[in-house]
Amino acid sequence: MAGDVWVVGAAMTKFGRYPDREAVHLGGEAARDALADAGLSIRDVGAVVAGCMIEPNMAGQLVLRQIGQTGAPIYNVVNGCATGGTAVRTAVMAVKAGECDVALAVGMEKMGKAGLLGVSTRRSDAPFEPSGPYGAVMPLEGVLGTNLMPGWFGMTGSEYAYQHDGVGFEQFAKVAEKNHAHSTLNPLAQYQKPFTLAEVMDAEMISYPNTLPMCSPTGDGAAAVVVVSGAKLRTLGLDQQARAVKIAASVITSDPYADGCDVRLDVNTLTRRAADQAYEAAGVGPEDLNLVELHDCFATAELCHYDNLRLCEPGGAGDFIDSGAPWRDGRTPVNVSGGLLSKGHPIAATGVSNVFEITTHLRGEAGARQIDGARVGMAHVLGGGVAGGWASVVHILEKAAV
Amino acid sequence: MSGARVPVVAYLDIDTDDPHLTGWECDHCGAVFLDRRVACPSCTSADLTARRLADEGTVHAWTIVHRAPANVRTPFVAAIVGLDGGGIVKANLVGIDADPAAVYCGQRVRLATYPVGVDSAGTEAIGFGFEVEA
Repeated sequence: MAGDVWVVGAAMTKFGRYPDREAVHLGGEAARDALADAGLSIRDVGAVVAGCMIEPNMAGQLVLRQIGQTGAPIYNVVNGCATGGTAVRTAVMAVKAGECDVALAVGMEKMGKAGLLGVSTRRSDAPFEPSGPYGAVMPLEGVLGTNLMPGWFGMTGSEYAYQHDGVGFEQFAKVAEKNHAHSTLNPLAQYQKPFTLAEVMDAEMISYPNTLPMCSPTGDGAAAVVVVSGAKLRTLGLDQQARAVKIAASVITSDPYADGCDVRLDVNTLTRRAADQAYEAAGVGPEDLNLVELHDCFATAELCHYDNLRLCEPGGAGDFIDSGAPWRDGRTPVNVSGGLLSKGHPIAATGVSNVFEITTHLRGEAGARQIDGARVGMAHVLGGGVAGGWASVVHILEKAAV
Repeated sequence: MSGARVPVVAYLDIDTDDPHLTGWECDHCGAVFLDRRVACPSCTSADLTARRLADEGTVHAWTIVHRAPANVRTPFVAAIVGLDGGGIVKANLVGIDADPAAVYCGQRVRLATYPVGVDSAGTEAIGFGFEVEA
C-alpha cells in the first residue's frame, strides 16, 4: 500500500442548470463536500488541481477564494472534454511524486445553453482575408464538411458501422435507450427521463445517425475528489480507511500520428492504448470490471468504446449492446449513472464525476443505482479540440481490501 | 463586381485551368498534410515538399448534418475523403441526396470546385466538394 494512491473523498453537484451561480461556486461546493467526505480540510491539501474548460481562467485560485485561500500550489489544467480526468491524473501524479500527501482534484463548468459546440458562427460580408493554419477566408461549417461535435461523432459511427457487421442506426440508438433508462435511478443526473428505442430513433436527427437523445446536453456542474498517499491513509480514521478506494491505474494518452489525423477522427487508437496500459498497471482484465463509466458524448462514441476498452470481442460492439451486456443487470454495466447522455456533460466536471461514480459504487453507497458487490471499476474520458488533438484518460479503481 | 476570385482555403489552387488540392509531403516518410509544419509529425524530419494532391478519392467516413448554426444551409452530407496517393480532406459530398441510403464508406468520389460566397468588394470565394463518380 506504500506506493499506492487512494481516493478518500468524492463529491459532485447535481448536474443541470444553475443560472444564478458561477462555475467557481459549483467547484467550491464540490471541493468542500469532497473534503468533508474525506474527513479533511482544505488546510490539509498540499496540491490543488483545477479543471475548467470554458471560463474562468485561474479557476483553482478562484475556488480557494470560495473555500479557503491557503496558498497551496495550484495547477490549472485544460484538456478538452478530458479536462476532469486530467485533473485527477495530475493530482495522482503529485502524490505519487511525493510532492504532497493530500491532493484535491476539482472539475467545474458552467456552459449555460451554449448550443452546438465546435464551430464559429460568425459570418459577414467583410472582405475575404485568409486566416488560420489553412488560410480560410470564411467560416467553413457546411462549406467544407462539418466541424460540429455531433457530426464528428456521426462520422466516427459511420466508420465503425462500415468496418463491422451488425452495427447500424439501431445499435447506436440502443445505447441512448440504455443510458437514459439508467439515469432514472440517479438523483444527481441532469435528466431522469426514459425513452423507448422507437422514441430515440424517431427523435429529431441532429447529425446522422445521432438523434437528439443520442447527443449529450450542455449543462452546469462540478465534481471533486481527494486523493492521499498510503502513508497518509494510515493516519486517517478506521471509517475513512474502510471507505478508501485504491487507484489501481491512472493513465493518460494523446493521439499518435496517423494519416489524415487532422481531419479524420481517430478516437480509437489513443483510447485503446490508455485502456491497455491501465489493465497492465492494475493487473486486471476487462472481465474483472464490475462497472464502467465511459465517455458517451454521443451514442456512437459509446459503441466504439466498448471495443476500444476491450469490453467486447474485437469488432463485436453491435452484439455487445444487442445482448444487453452493458445494461445495469448485464455482464459489464456501462454508464449506470446515465452517462454523459443523461447525467449530463459539464465539460471539465465530467472526468471527475466519473471517478466519483465508480468510487461511490465501490463503497456500496450508490443507493438505488448501486451495482451490488462492485469491487473493480473503470472511469474513462476522451477530449478533443476543434483544430485536432485528442486526450484520453483511464482510471481503474479497486475496493479497499482492509 | 471586381471579378477577383480567392480560394476558400490555401490548399485549393485555383490559379490554373485545372483547379486542384495541394499538400505538403515529407521527403523521408511520405506523410501528407494540408498545411506547412515545422517538421513532420510522423517522423520528425524537417524536409517537406509541396505537391499536388489527386482529384479522385474514397469516402472514409460521413454524416448528414441536420442541425447547424442558422446561417448554414441544412441538411448537407459531410465526409472525410482519402485522396488517391495520399492526403485526407474534409468536405461536402455534392450532387447526391442527403439520404443515408445514398452515401457509404468506400464510395468513389471526384473533386469539384464552385463559388461559395462573395464579399463586400465583389470578390468571389471558390470552394470545393466531391461528386460521386458515375
